[in-house]
Amino acid sequence: MSAAEPGRTVALVGNPNTGKSTLFNALTGLRQRVGNYPGVTVARKSGQCDCGDGTKVELVDLPGLYSLSASSPDEQVVIDALSGHLADDRRPDAVVVVIDATNLLRNLFLASQLSELDLPVVLVLNQADVAAEQGVKIDADLLSRRLGGVPVVLTSAWKGEGIAAVRRAIGEALRTRVRMPAVEWPPLVEEALADVAAGVAADIGRAPGRADVERLLFDSTTSVGQRLGWDAPRREAVIRAARDKVRRAGYNPLAAEPLIHYERLRRLLEGVVQGGGNRTGGSAAVDRVLLHRVFGPIVFAGIMLGMFAAVFWLAKFPMEWISGGVDWLKSVVAPTLAGLPMVQSLVTDGMIGGVGAFLAFLPQILILFLFVGILEDSGYMARAAFIMDRLFSWCGLNGKSFVPLLSGFACAIPGLLSTRTIEDPKARLATAFAVPFMSCSARFPVYALMCAAFIGPLYGPGWESVVMVGMHCVGLLFAVPTAFVLTRFVLKVKPQPFVLELPRYQMPKPRDVLWRMWQNAAEFVSRAGTVIFAITIIVWALSYFPRDPAVEQRIRAASPGAATEVVDAQVQSAYVEQSWMGRFGKAVQPIFDPCGFDWKITVGVLASFPAREVIVSTLGVTYSVGEGAEADSKHLQQVMRDAKWTEGPRIGTPIFSLAAILALMVFFALCSQCGPTVATLAQETGGWKWAAISFFYMTALAWLMAVAVYQGVSRLA
Amino acid sequence: MTPLSQLLPGQYGKLASLNPERSVDQRLMALGLLPGMVLKLVRKAPLGDPLAIEFAGQVVSLRLTEAQNILIDVAADCPIQRPRPPA
Repeated sequence: MSAAEPGRTVALVGNPNTGKSTLFNALTGLRQRVGNYPGVTVARKSGQCDCGDGTKVELVDLPGLYSLSASSPDEQVVIDALSGHLADDRRPDAVVVVIDATNLLRNLFLASQLSELDLPVVLVLNQADVAAEQGVKIDADLLSRRLGGVPVVLTSAWKGEGIAAVRRAIGEALRTRVRMPAVEWPPLVEEALADVAAGVAADIGRAPGRADVERLLFDSTTSVGQRLGWDAPRREAVIRAARDKVRRAGYNPLAAEPLIHYERLRRLLEGVVQGGGNRTGGSAAVDRVLLHRVFGPIVFAGIMLGMFAAVFWLAKFPMEWISGGVDWLKSVVAPTLAGLPMVQSLVTDGMIGGVGAFLAFLPQILILFLFVGILEDSGYMARAAFIMDRLFSWCGLNGKSFVPLLSGFACAIPGLLSTRTIEDPKARLATAFAVPFMSCSARFPVYALMCAAFIGPLYGPGWESVVMVGMHCVGLLFAVPTAFVLTRFVLKVKPQPFVLELPRYQMPKPRDVLWRMWQNAAEFVSRAGTVIFAITIIVWALSYFPRDPAVEQRIRAASPGAATEVVDAQVQSAYVEQSWMGRFGKAVQPIFDPCGFDWKITVGVLASFPAREVIVSTLGVTYSVGEGAEADSKHLQQVMRDAKWTEGPRIGTPIFSLAAILALMVFFALCSQCGPTVATLAQETGGWKWAAISFFYMTALAWLMAVAVYQGVSRLA
Repeated sequence: MTPLSQLLPGQYGKLASLNPERSVDQRLMALGLLPGMVLKLVRKAPLGDPLAIEFAGQVVSLRLTEAQNILIDVAADCPIQRPRPPA
């Protein structure tokens, strides 16, 4: 993208929780582009930043990280981006390092490592207002002088203070190209670094960058060797010898880097920082309540309940407006196309229906990300993970899996999008895999129809509730072992240690929260939206064609005296029966026969792969009740109760036996019947591989369990 | 020396040793936890795991299993001391 544009690129890096995103939003004024780095699920955010004198640069917001020794995909992206190893990105012309002014020492470690990259640097000491409140005095000029004249700017991005100075400093850094002085390594360590550099150069024929050499020497695992094409056997001997040299200098090779950098920084900061005592005081007091053994979980449950209620119930209102709007649009458009029934059906059911299908998810996404934004930016998300971690760690997930899984009970889409808050790639993937198992609100109409038509009338309302609750647990029951097996045996990625900073509490900035809501919604519409639209059109076509007018004429001729609605419903049913979908349903019915599904249910099951709630209206059509049937339709319930097998060994017995309805509900609880979920899973896992695995796994599991339930219950009953 | 996982909430002491081979310890070192530094076990999570530790003006959470091999010299003046087992 940026490679095609002339002009200069500046990267924004920093530790997490430094207010980096707030600064980025302030510098770019929300003129941003969001994309993904190729091959990894790391968001690439960039925007145009004015350097105060009219010159513009492209500012790239890189993921937050503590150290350059990469252990997660996010961190790897930062290193690759800064060293110019990303396929589509040029190496930046300068780096802005955002630093938490209340914890200069730790934040400068990253800056000190970055000094090895040989790039012009600007240091932004953000949250300077908080530091001042804590009584910390920072001599920015002295720090700048000790760092060879690198611009050092004090800011408060939250309050919008110092932003203009940052713009000027970026311009200055690009003009003067002042580098931060590199670390002075002890002589033996310097020698060891030179040995590694010579070893690389001898084997691959070109001199490696200084930062790459350091990663090779100091990190126990690094992908740098692979990237350079330095093969392992030769690498090992050179690095072993170099590390022995570091040992002779008196350092453990794997600890040398932080020890030497921190020693340098301690000297660097003498006289720069004064005062500041109880730096964790205010947050510690809040934590005494929010992380209290008793009150902590109570407050947590309250917040999560509020969030769930908002996503589940509050979102229903805008969702009804959207579906109302879609219906209205259909009713307006349909008459204008009355002369062309095929085009009418394509436009109303296919296209308008297709747009409506993904727009309906927006309210839930926006509301969930309102909460996620507030929880993240306030610092509570880390606490929530702290409280919940124990419940998730044993099956390979972590405390941050809770919010995605909980929102999965309302809808899998926002749940999947919120897995981005999980840093550990393994836990993130396992959580994304588990989310579609949660009993979302689209499964509710299926359970409601079956319970209202059969369980309630036959066994009483008590059993109705038991089955309802039970069905909501089925998914969870399978999701947990799935996550366990996935993280334990399938994913061979090294697990990340769950080292999580509990940052200082902060008031979230409304602009940042709203911006995050908007970005997530926009990305969903532009990526998953197109796929969802396409799926809707395809399924429309499959259930519309072929459309032989003889079918309709025959039915109308056969029942001249009947009421028009009855005949219309019969016509529709007949059309669906001879459509590609209907023919396919009849053809594959033998596969679903062991679950006790007749061809009408089979067509319903197949038609509801893009969206599972479609089963109710499809059953309405195939059972000749008419389109638009809902779960509480007494007519549909009666027709289903009366339905009998008309052929085969079960002839004359009810189709919807207890075994069959339980099997149907279990099938819907487990099956991957949601096009948007599959599309979002592909978006969030960076390819179709895991989306396909999830689809086939869930569908196969659903079929197996439906067979088990049908065969088991029909033998018992 | 006491493993960090066996500290009582409120107890503090000097970091005696960590193992740079382990990725947890590498992370902690990047955060500025170096041998000789004072750290305090602030609290345990309501379910007993993970732990919240404080060092260099920041609070960091880590799991019990990750804290087992981090050894602490509990400060003699620390008001909270594990009761000695009866002789």
